[in-house]
Amino acid sequence: MADQTSTTASYVRTEMLPQKAPPANAVGLVGWMRANLFSNWFNSLLTILSLYFVYDILVFLIPWILSPTWNAGSLNECREILHELGRSGHFAGACWGVINERWEQLLFGFYPNGAEEGASDLRWRPVLSFVLLAVALAPILFADRVPSKLIWFTAIFPFLFPWLLWGGTIWTPVFAAAGFVVGYFAFKATAAAAGELLGMIVGVVAAIVWWLFLMGPLTDVFASILAIGLEPVISRDFGGFMLSITIGVVAISMSLPIGVVLALGRQSDLLIVKAICVGFIEFIRGVPLITLLFVASTLLNIFLPPGTNFDIILRVMIMATLFSAAYMAETIRGGLAALPKGQYEGADSLGLDYWQAQRLIIMPQALKISIPGIVSNFIGLFKDTVLVSVIGLLDPLGLSQGIRSDANWNGIVWEIYGFIALLFFVFCFGMSRYSMYLERKLKTTH
Amino acid sequence: MTTMTDPPRESFRLSMLLYDTRYRSMTIQVVALIFFLLAIGWLVNNTLINLATLGKEPSFRFLSQPAGYDINQMLIEYNNQMTHFRAAMVGLLNTLLVALLGCVTATVLGVIIGVLRLSNNWIVSRIMSVYVEMFRNVPVLLWILLVFAVVIESLPAPRAFRGENPEASMFLFDSVAFTNRGFYIPSIEFASPIISSGTSWIIVIAVLVASIIGMRAVRKRANKTQEATGERPTTWYLQLAILFVPFIVLMFVFGAQLNYPELKGFNFKGGIHMRNSLIALWLALSLYTAAFIAEIVRAGILAISKGQSEAAGALGLRPNRIMSLVVLPQALRVIIPPLISNWLNLTKNSSLAIAVGYMDITGTLMGITLNQTGRELETLLLGMLIYLIISLTISAIMNWYNNSVKLVER
Repeated sequence: MADQTSTTASYVRTEMLPQKAPPANAVGLVGWMRANLFSNWFNSLLTILSLYFVYDILVFLIPWILSPTWNAGSLNECREILHELGRSGHFAGACWGVINERWEQLLFGFYPNGAEEGASDLRWRPVLSFVLLAVALAPILFADRVPSKLIWFTAIFPFLFPWLLWGGTIWTPVFAAAGFVVGYFAFKATAAAAGELLGMIVGVVAAIVWWLFLMGPLTDVFASILAIGLEPVISRDFGGFMLSITIGVVAISMSLPIGVVLALGRQSDLLIVKAICVGFIEFIRGVPLITLLFVASTLLNIFLPPGTNFDIILRVMIMATLFSAAYMAETIRGGLAALPKGQYEGADSLGLDYWQAQRLIIMPQALKISIPGIVSNFIGLFKDTVLVSVIGLLDPLGLSQGIRSDANWNGIVWEIYGFIALLFFVFCFGMSRYSMYLERKLKTTH
Repeated sequence: MTTMTDPPRESFRLSMLLYDTRYRSMTIQVVALIFFLLAIGWLVNNTLINLATLGKEPSFRFLSQPAGYDINQMLIEYNNQMTHFRAAMVGLLNTLLVALLGCVTATVLGVIIGVLRLSNNWIVSRIMSVYVEMFRNVPVLLWILLVFAVVIESLPAPRAFRGENPEASMFLFDSVAFTNRGFYIPSIEFASPIISSGTSWIIVIAVLVASIIGMRAVRKRANKTQEATGERPTTWYLQLAILFVPFIVLMFVFGAQLNYPELKGFNFKGGIHMRNSLIALWLALSLYTAAFIAEIVRAGILAISKGQSEAAGALGLRPNRIMSLVVLPQALRVIIPPLISNWLNLTKNSSLAIAVGYMDITGTLMGITLNQTGRELETLLLGMLIYLIISLTISAIMNWYNNSVKLVER
């Protein structure tokens, strides 16, 4: 009976309906807009207000940016050009002439550019060193995409980088690097005869003796025999964006080993070592960077043996290194804490001693976890390098004060700050994107 | 029967200090301590020799000498005949002032932006992303200088307010003036003949604190009633009354009146003058830190798994209840520690005041006092110590809070 009804009743459909397209207002642009922009009255109101806000800004900003003042030689010329176009007022248009005239200075400071009599354009050196920096970083940052042999270049780079920037004879970096070789061989020789611990001590002492007493005379001798070198550039000529990058890169790379040591010290069971590390980290993290820079500019010479005097950029780099080392230590400590306890116990059960466990098991994993944190540390430090303008160094902001008080450009605000902000933005944004990419790559959960 | 014999007692040898793990850590620590003390001794020795050569033996006597310089923004009374110590205190209060203002504004802005960034309105969340990226990726010093330049260049000068048809006008019934020299807002003054204005302020603040404690007591009692009977008594009018009635009564008793800023001569007189440097610093620090706080808030809300709010919904809670009873208490646990560390960063960044001439502790003690007395060591140590105390206090509070809300596992 029931069977008959279902087959014979005329109102029951016997074949499947074909699939229909979804309603026009649920797909495509319209559907997207209904879902994301106008889902209810409040959202619609927000959308309209935001659109008006964006429109307002663009209407104001685009004519300001599109201002044909690239070749103007002074602010007055800019104003004349704009006036002829019938544009006047406070925000008639940007005066890009200042960027055209000064962008090289904002990038390189007073690094020799060949403008002076008898001087040659040396700016290829910072450019080359930053390009090589990217190459040296590649094996660390994109370990799975570049040949692993490249890591050797990364090992050489710390000696190449200062040589390219500051110039001088090539023997200085060569013999500085040789210190590590000397230390290594001293360690090998003694370790075979008298045990690892003694070997370690002898190796470190040998390297220090080499750097303090043998390196200088040897460099002089070799430099007089075979004078290969680059034209020296004094630190005072460093400036602009190049100075920011240099301070940032030097401070971060120097602070990494110090940070590892501090983090291990803070995690260790040795009470006194722990107390020293905690004290250092909390002190540095508790005071603003600017006070440390004041210390660099006024006090550092007082702390060192009488008669010591080295240039302000080096002092700033030392303080920036100490500063970022404290933050680095906390980042790496986070990485160490994030490792499961089983890793430590596994290392112990294999019979590894402390340093072997750290080197082979703990550190590779902990550092890998903390790379995003290290990158964001670097972003922070890189932004903080503009503080050196407060103690009179000529980073982009320091230079901008000079440019703003130039008679030709008196009254320029937005163009110059905007240009500097854009430079910083490009770098920092790029790095933060990289760190996000890395987080995604390292994430193993769903 | 088995006989237990003691293991042969090893006599102590000197090499055990290195090779026996029982003693090795001791050795390492002693060696580390010796090296550390040697390094400290070396630094102190160098310092003393150098200072003696310069003829500047360390002493803090300069703190009691007259400062001889003026400070243009101050919370406590100060003139240039007062001591360097007093000047440093004025600076410290200025630091705390801008830090407090900045933290409040940055938190409010940051929470709004963080929530809006999660909005399902595409354009709103995009605008907020742009804001966050724009402010996070540019140095804060640049923002401070930029806001300072904007305040000076684009706001009207006080003389624009003069005349029959002034170019600029005051806001809020002629009570607030935004000029390029700073903002002028009305101040509250007590005209009571019996009690001095300082005492009045203390009493008013004490009463406000007491009112807030009273409000909490009312809420507590309401909670108790709810747990006992299931009915929650309506308490909002009682709470409002406890908060406002004593305050308003006190204001009448002390004869409080508003002192409006007025244009006299070339400048505004009366009211509170917030200098352009303070405004620039406050705004820039707030906008900058708000970007970071927005990210923290967003991360905190996203950290609460969707199952939590779905489960709360299944229990029959309304959406705003879900937010306040389930999501927020858990999100706050994630949000608060980084939030406090951002407040700390803001406080430390306020030392950049020196770039716009706002006289905070960096500007007074580590700026003019340092230059006038030439006592780099003492002033810098003192300044760092002050910042350190502020930071350590805040992180102590943070640790205490963290421990009190920590999830107890296993």
